[in-house]
Amino acid sequence: MAKVVKNPAAQIVTANRLRDGAVVYLVADGSWSTNVSEGAVARDAVTAERLMAAGNQAAADQVVVGPYLIAVAVKDDRVEPLGTRERIRALGPSVSERPAA
Amino acid sequence: MPLLKNGEAIADTWQHVAAGEAVPPAGPVVVPFERWKAEREALLARNTPLGVRLPNAQNVGELAADLGRLELIVLEFPKFVDGRAFSQARVLRERYRYRGELRATGDVLRDQLQFMQRCGFDAFEIAAPNAAEIWRAAVNEIDVFYQPAADDRVPAPRLRRSA
Amino acid sequence: MYSYDEYDQKLLDQRVAQFRDQVRRRIAGELTEEQFRPLRLRNGLYLQLHAYMLRVSVPYGTLSSRQLRGLGHVARHYDRGFGHFTTRTNMQFHWMKLEHVPDALADLAKVQLHGIQTSGNSLRNVTADHLAGVAPDEIEDPRIWCEIIRQWGALHPEFSYLPRKFKICIIAAPHDRAALRIHDLALRLHRNEAGETGFEVMVGGGLGRTPFLAKTIREFLPKRHLLSYLEAVLRVYNQLGRRDNLWKARIKILVHELGVQKFTELVEAEWQDVKDGPVEVSEAEVARIAAQFSPPNYEDAPTFTREFDELRLNDLGFARWLRTNVGGHKQPGYAIVTVSLKPPGGTPGDITAEQMDAVADLADRYSFSEIRVTHAQNLVLPHVRRADLPVVWRALAALGLATPNIGLASDIICCPGLDYCSLANARSIPIARRLTERFDDLSRLHDLGELKIKISGCINACGHHHVGHIGILGVDKNGEEYYQVTLGGSEDLNGALGTILGPAIHADRIVEAVETLIEIYVALRRDGERFLDTYRRVGLAPFKERIYAPA
Repeated sequence: MAKVVKNPAAQIVTANRLRDGAVVYLVADGSWSTNVSEGAVARDAVTAERLMAAGNQAAADQVVVGPYLIAVAVKDDRVEPLGTRERIRALGPSVSERPAA
Repeated sequence: MPLLKNGEAIADTWQHVAAGEAVPPAGPVVVPFERWKAEREALLARNTPLGVRLPNAQNVGELAADLGRLELIVLEFPKFVDGRAFSQARVLRERYRYRGELRATGDVLRDQLQFMQRCGFDAFEIAAPNAAEIWRAAVNEIDVFYQPAADDRVPAPRLRRSA
Repeated sequence: MYSYDEYDQKLLDQRVAQFRDQVRRRIAGELTEEQFRPLRLRNGLYLQLHAYMLRVSVPYGTLSSRQLRGLGHVARHYDRGFGHFTTRTNMQFHWMKLEHVPDALADLAKVQLHGIQTSGNSLRNVTADHLAGVAPDEIEDPRIWCEIIRQWGALHPEFSYLPRKFKICIIAAPHDRAALRIHDLALRLHRNEAGETGFEVMVGGGLGRTPFLAKTIREFLPKRHLLSYLEAVLRVYNQLGRRDNLWKARIKILVHELGVQKFTELVEAEWQDVKDGPVEVSEAEVARIAAQFSPPNYEDAPTFTREFDELRLNDLGFARWLRTNVGGHKQPGYAIVTVSLKPPGGTPGDITAEQMDAVADLADRYSFSEIRVTHAQNLVLPHVRRADLPVVWRALAALGLATPNIGLASDIICCPGLDYCSLANARSIPIARRLTERFDDLSRLHDLGELKIKISGCINACGHHHVGHIGILGVDKNGEEYYQVTLGGSEDLNGALGTILGPAIHADRIVEAVETLIEIYVALRRDGERFLDTYRRVGLAPFKERIYAPA
């Protein structure tokens, strides 16, 4: 399950898109993007709560499944998820999917 | 809670006695199993239809001797994933030949209705506005069965033999 | 192999239509995720880290060439061109889209494949020995009984909401090639003193947080009582298995908490009431199913040909492949070929759509159109004429499927792990890849001999690490990937659970640690000893000292 990071400095909302299961991130305009750097960043608890409310609404509207907050580091224009699991969700499997032979 | 029986939504005519409540003086009553055990003689002396509600951890054999006197047994699905009542139902129907109404209550999913019916349930408390339609869909979606149960559908292996 | 009749096909087609409607209702918002989740799980559809994952059942690990092509078709049209074979011999597709799954299931139904009950708290795939029907030491084909249980257990009205999943395995040989005792219910066909064939019944195996090996509750059960006895076991489990704690809900916990004797008494008492009743499988049905497992039309084939002999003597690659990937067949002149899905640097158990098609073609030409899947995540061509071994070898080698490593250190069992699975705590595939790259020197690999390395990305143990000679379990320590090593596990009839070596080892050092364990084995081994034998002789201490020696 997703790990809860205490007092994270920055968070974004992530989920899986209902129709295709793709990993998506909540964008400021309420849409969902597969690009983690487009995720709307919350830097305080109030904003985080507001973003989660939008996430839950999108779940109720059959857009996404299982939204939750993840801790991120923001470097210039890039948003980088913290933790191996969320990095893998953002970047894909760490192994190539074609045979080595 | 609407009651689904014989493919229709019907009214529930039973009085359900809760723990600590007095048993109404007249009319059909359903009592929890603990009350049945404690007040059995008095209940049997009534000239009314009698029912018992069994918790799903209860061994149904303890009620076996009284089944001929009961017109309703209520079994429970506290959460839909808790499937103990499926076994209770089959044992009541197949081993003890219980003939009264067998009612499913609790977290009853429409996608479980056919399984429940096959295990011997004939009445269902299900929260749904279009009960009759749900029933039709639920019991007709699949009509091949591999195993015998408490219903009278003929399993495929027997159909194969008579082919 | 079993071929569907009108009843089997109709059930499958109705199931596909039912799920299509459930997906429609989900996307339209008529079903919430909470309501939909148990429904999709019952068709083998998970929501994983990156996408939906569809788990397709391969009943008792047997596929026709047509079915293997059907899996290749799904990989190609609905996924990313590959699939993954699991330790339960099923196939997983890791990149499915919900809106396409009904069509994929409809395509699978055309080749008699489905995802029914590959997830959820119900009866799962009934597995068998991957050499069923062709192994010289077998007394009868166990798959007949797997198919009988498969049908009886499908959409079972009483047993679809068990406390937890229920895995059954059946073998019919004195040798266990199927990891029998790690199953909830394990059946071993054998002959009693009177010469009758029946089942030894074992209950309560399973890995995970509290691993157990199954214990015998009945030495001999006549075959005709299989279903009534199974009904008794499942009814006791359904009623008494724990419902309060997910980690204590398997039947192994019930057997452990009641004790084998009490558990057996309950089952036997229940059995008295259902024995000889309508549940029993009829002789006619057994005969109908058994007839579909009769051997193919073997030819009178020579055991050796000149081409075979010359190649074996002159080509070291062929000779090595013969030694590890080819086994004896009960029919003279035939052999059993294991198709290695463990190339150096590859993901164990993965296969591309092109490879699936090519193996299907080889099966058509050289193996009576039949393929097997092993619980070690490899494939088998079960009926190859020895005379055809050279051409089959060359064809497999061209496909990258002839690595001569079956049973050796690079034949690693490995779950998908944190690269794919939402349950995982650490990645498993990169560890397997780095290890297999270390072992790609074939003479060293063959010198090391039998060495079963098994890797799991979490305690659910889908990689069977508890029963590896070297078991590796990925754990999360403060957000970093660490690996706990166990030694001395084994999955045969004298099975054993591995012993923990010591504190978990960081991802950066785990491959080196495994290399060190192997060095110690090589230094200490006596003639003919496998890693497991040396470990059993010298114990944990020599290994533990070296790994945890102060730098």
